[in-house]
Amino acid sequence: MDGSAIKRALSMMNERGSGEGAGYVAYGAYPEYEDCYALHVFFDNIHETKRTLEAMLEQWGHIVHDERIRTYDQPNLRTVHIPWRYFFKPYAGLMAHSTSPEDDIVSQIVMKINTAHTGALIYSSGKNVGVFKAAGWPEEVADFYRIEDYEGYIWLAHNRYPTNTPGWWGGAHPFNLLDWSVVHNGEITSYGTNRRYIESYGYICTMFTDTEVVAYLMDHLVRKQNLDADLAVRALAPPFWDDIDRMPEKEQDLNRALRLAYGPAMMNGPFAIVVANHEMMVGFTDRIKLRPLVVGEHGDRLYISSEEAAIRAMDPNVERISMPPAGKPIIGRVAR
Amino acid sequence: MGKNVTIDAKGMHYTPLNRMIRQAVAEGSEEIVLENVLGQRFIANGLRGEATITVHGVPGGDLCMFMSGPTCVVHGNADHAPGNTMNDGKVVIHGSAGDAVAHSMRGGTVFVRDNIGYRGGIHMKQYDEKRPILVVGKNAQSFLGEYMAGGLLIVLGMDGSTYTGRGVGSGIHGGEIIIRGDVDESLLGVGATKLPLTDDDRMRIAPVIREFAEAFGLDPEPLINAEYTRIIPASSRPFAGKYTWE
Repeated sequence: MDGSAIKRALSMMNERGSGEGAGYVAYGAYPEYEDCYALHVFFDNIHETKRTLEAMLEQWGHIVHDERIRTYDQPNLRTVHIPWRYFFKPYAGLMAHSTSPEDDIVSQIVMKINTAHTGALIYSSGKNVGVFKAAGWPEEVADFYRIEDYEGYIWLAHNRYPTNTPGWWGGAHPFNLLDWSVVHNGEITSYGTNRRYIESYGYICTMFTDTEVVAYLMDHLVRKQNLDADLAVRALAPPFWDDIDRMPEKEQDLNRALRLAYGPAMMNGPFAIVVANHEMMVGFTDRIKLRPLVVGEHGDRLYISSEEAAIRAMDPNVERISMPPAGKPIIGRVAR
Repeated sequence: MGKNVTIDAKGMHYTPLNRMIRQAVAEGSEEIVLENVLGQRFIANGLRGEATITVHGVPGGDLCMFMSGPTCVVHGNADHAPGNTMNDGKVVIHGSAGDAVAHSMRGGTVFVRDNIGYRGGIHMKQYDEKRPILVVGKNAQSFLGEYMAGGLLIVLGMDGSTYTGRGVGSGIHGGEIIIRGDVDESLLGVGATKLPLTDDDRMRIAPVIREFAEAFGLDPEPLINAEYTRIIPASSRPFAGKYTWE
């Protein structure tokens, strides 16, 4: 499906945004380069910073193709960055000790570039996936990239209302690292703890907003710690201790172990989150449900949204609508 | 404009929509039908009088907020907080509703045929003859009646479901919550206590259940005669020592 439906859905919820950030991510956006990491970069200008980035990429691998991301001027959207994309193949042999050398190479390039203050920011780095975001209203950002020109089999989209940190292009959702993308409504009040935890594994937070830790936590818990997505979500939003006390013994053991092993990954505060990778989409809320989350199903399609009306804007004939219990992950796996 | 007005709300923002509704009421319309509603917030906000608004579609949040008098019938689901701080009148939802239904409601009635989300009836209140009523046909999620200060909240469990949410009546200091079947002690919130429903209680809620059943064309008798648990504040001032010391 192309991006026109999700643009329409997101625009239904303009009341939830402030025109200071909107974005989209499409899985399946680059079938012609599906074996390459698609790096989306915001350059402040291309004279000083592009060469630095490319030197680093060539040090670690091979640039198969690169181009300026096509954009179309919008009257109310001020272009403060130049979006560029690289299709990149890392040399796995350069990190032979790793179990996922290519991912590790790309991840460390992202962290290095984004912390070096070079005037370049890599905000999308997975295979066959692309993030399209800017500071503007949902329709403006969609039209800036002509989002309807992209095809995807999983789409996430977000309309931002910055509260604690400024609105800027990099701070718009979705946040992405490698295969994982995340959109989030709320505040992660445990951000300090989560950030210290995830930075101890080499991830570095650079976006001036809480949500990026979720992308790093999912990458860490699933790719590095080998947890299933539902267990990873349970580590992020675990059952309360008194609920665990009432579980059957085996489940008690599992849930206690998860809480003890991944305590600093646990997120507090109000949140409704949807994360995705190339094979699934997972929605969940904080454990006391301080943010809305509505789920719709129609045949093999799954919709997760803050409001039912947005789902109906995409699919007026949606068959099942539900509001899952807090903390329960809603998982949609891609049928192959 | 006549006594009946139909408005096609397709693609319309809530501001002009509400302006049209208010204008219709001002011009004496008694029946206002809204077609193709999708996501418009604040429908019938602050509306006074005795008109009936019929909504076809899925309205957005804060339906009938501050409303005082009219009746609003929704053929579809409602989003968050229908009946928010409503003063008087009636909201009838032929479907489900989101979180915080009847938020801070001061008076009038909200009937939801199916389910509601979290924090239904949060901070409902009462004063003298103003006593808001929320009735839910099927069931509710956690923190039902949170910080409740007054009014009546009934969960009918018509689909055979039992209440499994946590924190019922967390912080309750007025009003009462009546839930079909037993509610496990562990699900009660801080400051809440449970009692069996007495015959007097049943007589008191019977007219409310009859009105609910009539609104949705149901047989009231099995609902009136079912088993219920009544949840009320644990004492007259359960939080007296919480923030001040006497």
